[in-house]
Amino acid sequence: MSDTALIPQPREISTEPRRSDKVFRGVVTSGGLSSLVVLGLIALFLAYRGFEVLREEGLGFITNADWSITLDESANVVESNFGLSAMLVGTILCSIVAVVIAVPISVFSALYLNFYAPAWLKRILVAVIDMMAAFPSILFGIWGFLVLMPSVEYWAKLINKYLGWIPLFEVEPYFFTRSPFVAGVVLAIMIIPIITSVSREIFAQAPLDRIQAAFALGATRWAMIKAVVIPHGRSGVVGGAMLGLGRAMGETVAVYTVLNIVFQINWHVLLGAGGNVASLIILKFGEASEYEIKALMAAGLVLFLLTLIVNAIANVIVKSTGKSGR
Amino acid sequence: MSAVAVPTKPWAKRPQERAIGISFFLAAIAFSYFFVAVTEMKGKLAYAFVFFVAYGLFTSTFSFINRGPQAAKDSFVSTVVSLGAVVTVIPIASILFTVIQKGVPGLHFGILSNDMSMATSTDPIANGGVLHAITGTLTLVFLALIMSVPIGILTALYLTEIKGRFAGPIRFLVQAMSGVPSIVAGLFILSAVLYPITKSFSALMGALSLAILMIPTVARTSEEVLLLIPNDLREAGTALGGTQWRTVAMIVLPAARSGLMTAVILGVARIAGETAPILLLTGGGDKVNPNPFDGSVGSLPYYIWKAFNAGSPEAITRAWAGLLVLMILVLILFITARALSTRKISK
Repeated sequence: MSDTALIPQPREISTEPRRSDKVFRGVVTSGGLSSLVVLGLIALFLAYRGFEVLREEGLGFITNADWSITLDESANVVESNFGLSAMLVGTILCSIVAVVIAVPISVFSALYLNFYAPAWLKRILVAVIDMMAAFPSILFGIWGFLVLMPSVEYWAKLINKYLGWIPLFEVEPYFFTRSPFVAGVVLAIMIIPIITSVSREIFAQAPLDRIQAAFALGATRWAMIKAVVIPHGRSGVVGGAMLGLGRAMGETVAVYTVLNIVFQINWHVLLGAGGNVASLIILKFGEASEYEIKALMAAGLVLFLLTLIVNAIANVIVKSTGKSGR
Repeated sequence: MSAVAVPTKPWAKRPQERAIGISFFLAAIAFSYFFVAVTEMKGKLAYAFVFFVAYGLFTSTFSFINRGPQAAKDSFVSTVVSLGAVVTVIPIASILFTVIQKGVPGLHFGILSNDMSMATSTDPIANGGVLHAITGTLTLVFLALIMSVPIGILTALYLTEIKGRFAGPIRFLVQAMSGVPSIVAGLFILSAVLYPITKSFSALMGALSLAILMIPTVARTSEEVLLLIPNDLREAGTALGGTQWRTVAMIVLPAARSGLMTAVILGVARIAGETAPILLLTGGGDKVNPNPFDGSVGSLPYYIWKAFNAGSPEAITRAWAGLLVLMILVLILFITARALSTRKISK
């Protein structure tokens, strides 16, 4: 036994991570990259499956309105026409109706929650609205079809009666059932919780010192909101509306149950003939032949890219307001 | 005797003001009643519309006389804003009410222990049940859970613990992924796995697409939770000689445990009622299918969908009962998530 045994060897100090840490960082990084991989694979596979149809139809896939396929006895394709334009117009129409209805209501209720509601009521309402965001879409679809639709048709007739001279609200022939307007109202109810919670969070970030300064100068509540909260939160609300738009565009089941799908471009909101890319996929999937499935994949790709772009713009807008507030 | 100072609340409403407020409210109700009775308008919509316009006009006229135009505008906006909140809540109330009202007649004693293999859509309600749907949904959710929770939490860890070069882009991509339409997730699994590899419907296929939808919810909620863990804890772990791996595994994750549970539950609530990909991928059988890797499997959304499309009165009642079961499931999940998270995330 010598003294040297009691003195530990000086440890080498380095910033080099241990092996366990290297493994850890590798695993976590690869997990983190999964979202990139999944999104990339989605685009890749849908494009790969839909490539044949996209090449066949070219730009007509976006601009034509026909969707028909004729097969002979041995299931060979005789003639096929695939065009998405009616569906795309319908998708945009429904989601714009939804956003136009949902945004004012959501902004008002976000303002109410932040600046008007007593604390106990605010707590309950926030929980209820968040819960509504978690409701499954099939619930909205069936409720919309069996409960909401009769009332909405009645509203549509009122709008047509008093505002029918505006081309958008024309109805010819006189048929209101399962119109894009009905689908838009159902979608609006689905996206109100989303836009409300985004707006609520943005409004809550409004600088407190400026709010108090406005009150100290004798502003009423509305004057304060107009001077401080709205300038601060404007672009955030736009971003929230875009998020809602993205959600509305991709919604499938709720729209399918309340919308009458017609392969014809229709800009008249109240007329019972609409289109929707996602619903088209559900509608045609059941009896689709192999070649038609490829066309549906291509339609899915178009929908994917559309929602991706809308969501990307929305997120950039929401994020940039979050920063400018501080 | 010393005087006890009683705190005054100059901002609180006096009884007199309160009485005026209530009388305006009642006056507006009475006015809307008479107005609708006198004019051609009819229906609930007319009552609500006239009531809010009348209430807004009454209060703002009162404020105008007492305190001038600014106050009048303020009270008018108060009415409009409260109207917004009321309109937001009405659909929720209506949905809850309808589902309970129409779903309860569809419930019976055997509903949780029978499946639909021996019942057709026009059979009396007492035949058949949702056993296959519940087991199917549980299988789907469980499989989706074990795939998406590790990936979601790893993504959150990358964003909060490693903060690497790609943190910005990945945060952006996770946001983008949460916007992927559910039908696209279904089509993707169809084109990438079902057609080229397995060639048959199964619970696994459905679970794969649900996992895609669940990952972003789990990742975003977990990230928020992990950001709330104070940095002191991480520094303490490192100061005690822990490597980053041990600090995260032994300190950060246990501290965030209940928050992470919340993230998982919210993810499950997101996918439990997801319908579109299920329609494409699982086949929707009417029997309990014990094998999750092969054969068509039923699930609650598919059950509701089938019953709703069958269209007979019994089937519609079954659909509502299914919706009631599904809604109770989502509510339980949601309430659990909130109960767990109130300590961590105060909103």
